[in-house]
Amino acid sequence: MHLHKYEKIWLIFGMASLVLFLLIIGFAAFWKGTHPQSHIETIDPQNVEAHDAFKPENLGIREVADGKYIVNIVASAFNYDFGKDKEGNAIKTIRVPKGSTVLYQITTKDVVHGFQVAGTNVNMMVEPGHISRYETVMKNTGEFTVVCNEYCGIGHHQMFGTVEVYE
Amino acid sequence: MGKENPKQHQPSLHESTHSLKGTFIAVMLLGIFILVAWFGFYALFLSR
Amino acid sequence: MATNQLPLAKKDARLYMAFMYVTYTALLVGGLMGLLQTLARSGKYTLPFNINYYTILTVHGVILGLVLTTFFIIGFQFSLMEKTVGISDKQRKVAWLSFWVMVTGTIMAAITILIGEASVLYTFYAPLRAHPAFYFGLAFVIIGSWIAAFVNFRQLYVWKKAHKGQKSPLLAFMVTINMLMWFIATIGVATSVIIQFIPWSLGYAETINVLLSRTLFWYFGHPLVYFWLLPAYMAWYAIIPKIIGGKLFSDPLARLAFILLLLFSIPVGFHHQLTEPGIDPTWKFIQVVLTFMVIIPSLMTAFSIFATFEITGRKKGYKSLFGWFKKLPWKDVRFLAPFIGMAAFIPGGAGGIVNASHQMNALVHNTIWITGHFHLTAATTVILTFFGITYWLVPHLTGRRLTPRLNKLGIIQTFVWTVGMTIMSGAMHIQGLLGGPRRSNFSEYAGGEQVATWINYQIAQTVGGTILFIGILLMVYIFIQLTFFAPRGVEEFPIAEEEKNAEPTPKILENWYLWIGITIALILFAYTIPVFDILKHSPPGSPPFDWPIGRG
Ligand SMILES: [Cu+2]
Ligand SMILES: [Cu+2]
Repeated sequence: MHLHKYEKIWLIFGMASLVLFLLIIGFAAFWKGTHPQSHIETIDPQNVEAHDAFKPENLGIREVADGKYIVNIVASAFNYDFGKDKEGNAIKTIRVPKGSTVLYQITTKDVVHGFQVAGTNVNMMVEPGHISRYETVMKNTGEFTVVCNEYCGIGHHQMFGTVEVYE
Repeated sequence: MGKENPKQHQPSLHESTHSLKGTFIAVMLLGIFILVAWFGFYALFLSR
Repeated sequence: MATNQLPLAKKDARLYMAFMYVTYTALLVGGLMGLLQTLARSGKYTLPFNINYYTILTVHGVILGLVLTTFFIIGFQFSLMEKTVGISDKQRKVAWLSFWVMVTGTIMAAITILIGEASVLYTFYAPLRAHPAFYFGLAFVIIGSWIAAFVNFRQLYVWKKAHKGQKSPLLAFMVTINMLMWFIATIGVATSVIIQFIPWSLGYAETINVLLSRTLFWYFGHPLVYFWLLPAYMAWYAIIPKIIGGKLFSDPLARLAFILLLLFSIPVGFHHQLTEPGIDPTWKFIQVVLTFMVIIPSLMTAFSIFATFEITGRKKGYKSLFGWFKKLPWKDVRFLAPFIGMAAFIPGGAGGIVNASHQMNALVHNTIWITGHFHLTAATTVILTFFGITYWLVPHLTGRRLTPRLNKLGIIQTFVWTVGMTIMSGAMHIQGLLGGPRRSNFSEYAGGEQVATWINYQIAQTVGGTILFIGILLMVYIFIQLTFFAPRGVEEFPIAEEEKNAEPTPKILENWYLWIGITIALILFAYTIPVFDILKHSPPGSPPFDWPIGRG
């Protein structure tokens, strides 16, 4: 088969670009550990409380070390359970200082949901029977809306929260 | 569709009769667009 | 080829037109749903008659993504097969059967959705449970399309037997590739629908393996978009050259591109599941690499298109570096509409590479950027090319002509579409990067600055969506004109020929055993271990959920 000289150059250039992209994301993924979330830990969706992280008293934010936090969440149609505050009201806002490392752990009791802290790289599918985890450094200050970004039913757009990153 | 016609085949024909300079510039611009776009979005990803 | 000018026999034309009627009915209904969505999402309108947002969203996705595309493609491909390899009476009868099976499925699914029993969107992710009739409807559409595929295979086979030693006509080859890919891909979703969803929705199975169902869906979901794109590529490779007065750029390279598309379109479904918890990241990355392979035939296509333009122009005597470009037939809508489609594929393709870039997917996953992305690729690249085909295919079938007036209307239509889509898709891309979710009714969430910005972009989408709906009305009007009212005459069925001294096409390109073998090997490589893992490490299954989608 005959390839025109220019087509050869073009295809080599194109393929080299693709290889370059793959090398960059491959290096970041395998050497720096920035794979997309893929936790591969399973759970019984009918009994999520059996897992330590998702016991009602362990939901919400907890500081585990200096500047290190864990946020445990249980999703269900159409709500994120971030735990309760001292007065017994449902928590809707998670507050962390800028630069802290936060591990988000979430699972669902019913259907598939999404969990995105909009404006950050925290963006996960939440599926029944699986635990979704993603650790990240909250680099930028601001109020970030937490949205369910996978359709979960007619109240899907009423499922939200807030992450506030302060100085 | 025509039948194969191996006797008349001359590999150099494309090069000699047509210039594909314009095509080459067009696709290379396209390639540069893809590169710039990709690195732009990757930078945005890293900044978050 | 002289037969290109000949009108088709009435009985054949009726078959292909049947597919077109469904296509343009779907366009009107689906488009109206799209308009209603953008209106609702502006926050300034509420839907009339208490219609649920997610019901119209389901109608929009199913009727445009599955019905319009499949009917247009199968009808168009049948016409290509007849023009290149012919159709027998028996094949025509079976083709009608495929049509009616697909129509039956479509009606079943449509009614179920419209009465609110299947507001599960076109991806119907478990464990949301629709009424069983919805899944049966989907199964019928798929089975109907399989019948069409096997008619196409038979058409080529019969021709090959009568033309021993000759290479198959290019377009017949391309149709066969597309239907092969479609068949291999739909086995995944059909398995999921028939083995998982139907028994579970009927209550025979108590639970469903959610991750497996999603994996089977996306095994089909990516080749689905290439099933839409390949007919557009057929037009770009083998029809547009004729319209601009040129020849094929290269028959063997066109075939090679299609073979690569067959090989690499299927083992890549994980790039839609990159942010899912239950899949090993190494296997995700392997499928990302395979996804990048499928970009290569598109790079080849880009070169081939520009080269066709340049060679054609230079033969007409345009000497300057880009003179050939200026002299393209811009006033011929049969060229202009597909050309805008090609142009849209530049940002569309670049965006696609970003989406598939492993961890970078988190930037855009399930944001409305994705919606913006496939409104560029599917709803612009593919649809404008389909419109471009309609302008000559429909009058060719109805024995009428594309008059200068209709041509002009078509150009206006293309212009309206371009403006509407630039606004709507542009706003979606930006809002998506700012984190705005897709598939969501209007919501102020917790309020605040971020959400206020999203809403501004949603209002821009309402403007774009409204312009696009005007474009749809125009297109439906043109379709009705070409079908019933345009003056009688003969409209050409443009099929490009090879240069007289074109290089021969290597025989290996038509070695079906080889290419199907490699396709299957790649699928087995990409899926065997991860699917085995999914089955081995599967959590307790999920019971069905009816109430979240408002089912009693
Ligand atoms: Cu949700
Ligand atoms: Cu895809």
